[in-house]
Amino acid sequence: MAQLTMIQAITDALRTELKNDENVLVFGEDVGVNGGVFRATEGLQKEFGEDRVFDTPLAESGIGGLAVGLSLQGYRSVPEIQFFGFVFEVMDSIAGQLARMRFRTGGAFNAPVTIRSPFGGGVHTPEMHADSLELLMTSTPGVKVVIPSTPYDAKGLLISAIRDNDPVIFLEHMKLYRSFRGEVPEEEYTIPLGKADVKREGTDLTIISYGAMVHESLKAAEELEKEGYSVEVIDLRTIQPLDIDTIITSVEKTNRAIVVQEAQRQAGIAANVIAEISERAILSLEAPVLRVTAADTVFPFSQAETVWLPNSKDIVEKAKIVLTF
Amino acid sequence: MVEKNTSQLDPKKTLQEIEEKFEMFQILNEEGVIVNEQAIPNLSDDELVELMSRMVYTRILDQRSISLNRQGRLGFYAPTAGQEASQLASQFALEKEDFILPGYRDVPQIVWHGLPLWQAFLFSRGHFMGNQIPEGVNVFPPQIIIGAQFVQATGVALGMQKRGKKAIAISYTGDGGSSQGDFYEGINFAGAFQVPAVFIVQNNQFAISTPRELQTAAKTIAQKGIAAGIPSVLVDGMDPLAVYAVTKDARDRAINGEGPTLIETVCYRYGPHTMAGDDPTRYRTSETDSEWEKKDPLVRFRKYLETKGIWNEETEAAVIEKAKEEIKEAIKKADAAPKQKVTDLINNMYEVNPYNLDEQLAYYTEKESK
Repeated sequence: MAQLTMIQAITDALRTELKNDENVLVFGEDVGVNGGVFRATEGLQKEFGEDRVFDTPLAESGIGGLAVGLSLQGYRSVPEIQFFGFVFEVMDSIAGQLARMRFRTGGAFNAPVTIRSPFGGGVHTPEMHADSLELLMTSTPGVKVVIPSTPYDAKGLLISAIRDNDPVIFLEHMKLYRSFRGEVPEEEYTIPLGKADVKREGTDLTIISYGAMVHESLKAAEELEKEGYSVEVIDLRTIQPLDIDTIITSVEKTNRAIVVQEAQRQAGIAANVIAEISERAILSLEAPVLRVTAADTVFPFSQAETVWLPNSKDIVEKAKIVLTF
Repeated sequence: MVEKNTSQLDPKKTLQEIEEKFEMFQILNEEGVIVNEQAIPNLSDDELVELMSRMVYTRILDQRSISLNRQGRLGFYAPTAGQEASQLASQFALEKEDFILPGYRDVPQIVWHGLPLWQAFLFSRGHFMGNQIPEGVNVFPPQIIIGAQFVQATGVALGMQKRGKKAIAISYTGDGGSSQGDFYEGINFAGAFQVPAVFIVQNNQFAISTPRELQTAAKTIAQKGIAAGIPSVLVDGMDPLAVYAVTKDARDRAINGEGPTLIETVCYRYGPHTMAGDDPTRYRTSETDSEWEKKDPLVRFRKYLETKGIWNEETEAAVIEKAKEEIKEAIKKADAAPKQKVTDLINNMYEVNPYNLDEQLAYYTEKESK
């Protein structure tokens, strides 16, 4: 089995689906000859031709519109939005058009589109590149939102996303692109959307997280283990829809939980998870469910981001409050 | 000695020269007289009669729709009178396999392209079945977000190009729509990819109440295509022969691999913006209205066809009768559509319902059974 970085696993998934289905198209800004600014589409234009993998003019709404229109001709588009901070330029195509295609037409048309986009802090980008804007997407009925945390998951989830007959927003955390390698099978495999993964089992506390914060959570779990606590870590992998069963089963076992997100506290992914827990499992809880999040400011300028972003120490601190409640 | 090149030091002159080149293309003048013999499109007498019939039919449809709306029997409705040549003569230049992406005023084109009238009425009433486009009818539901249809049309046309289809995507917006970012992105992408698309801007002089001259400093909307590097035409949008000719020409070039075209049809909407409370007397005078009414597409086309001896009062009366009858039938059919349920809508969010919608489906199934 190959040891791949997450970016390589993503390229592998794109290659797999370009090979499997001639209706799959990959396009966006600089995805052709350049292979994407992060090289996610490295070599794909050469392998599959300019008809299948192509550069677009620099305009996100135009890219979104292409995806809508290509759906009407039976294509399965995988456009790249170069950085997710640019999503505001393509919000109508996502929320006003793609997300409503099936609904608006009573099922006559659908939009099998996977929008890939890098996001996430810790890599010292200029403004509007790193923001966690996934809440904008989870507030949009009609799309699914996937955020992988490992190379293995990235490949299996991206293949599932491309094969899905509804629009999927596939967000790739920039810090995870090359920070470590993981085992990725060469053959194709899928990981179902809407299914969380228990990344570590434990009995005293459940940490629910996604994206880069999964790794901070795992670090925190190790720290806590040294102090005698057995901590379970759930990687949501899909934040819309949530995998309620996995969350509730775990909370019913551990009776204590915290939710960790890189996004601002007011971006309500964690809030939603907590609401679901309180509606479905409040009698299992021995302590309030707390959140570890970033502050409710705009994503900070890069010199302040390491402090602004939640880390394993913040998680350990919150975990202890819940564990000793 | 090297001669100094100062041509670019007079950018105003460049602009002026470009703007002067956009003369309004016309074939049939307001009096119903041919003013451009060479450009007369190749349409048989039967086709001319068919186009006139559709225009008369659609004028009746507009009148009936307005009155049905006033009776509370239709919902959202954007009047079309005055724009028949712009809408129907352009659609008349299409083939069945061409794909229309309409704005919300462009319901007539998609009806003549195959959407059953009863479904158009359901769209007006806010029933999802109105947008359930039947298999083989190449149209998209009317777009509500002004300009979004232009970026999408480029996507449809790109798909056609990739499939090697001999067909085009055609989209409509208005003078207001030409101020949208999506207008520019749509025509620019279309030019960059050289896709088979035709973009029509129906310049009906007002975006709700905002007059054309407040939209842009550009003398014409047609000239905006130049910046995208695509052929552009300014046409009398109340002249059905001219609209047909330029659309047909644009379609032929698109099919021939020569890329997209932007067409500005200069026209006028006689009625309000929509039937939801717009009052045109707040922003335009009855003098202006009557000036434009003199240019009426039906009046001039009727004169032309009467002179040719292929149209008379009886022909027209028969079309009106047919229109009224079919509208009545379509309303009856729309009335017979099942009541719209929230459960139907829930089931159209995703191919498979996630847990939350499954739970909500159960809730609304119970609620709607009471």
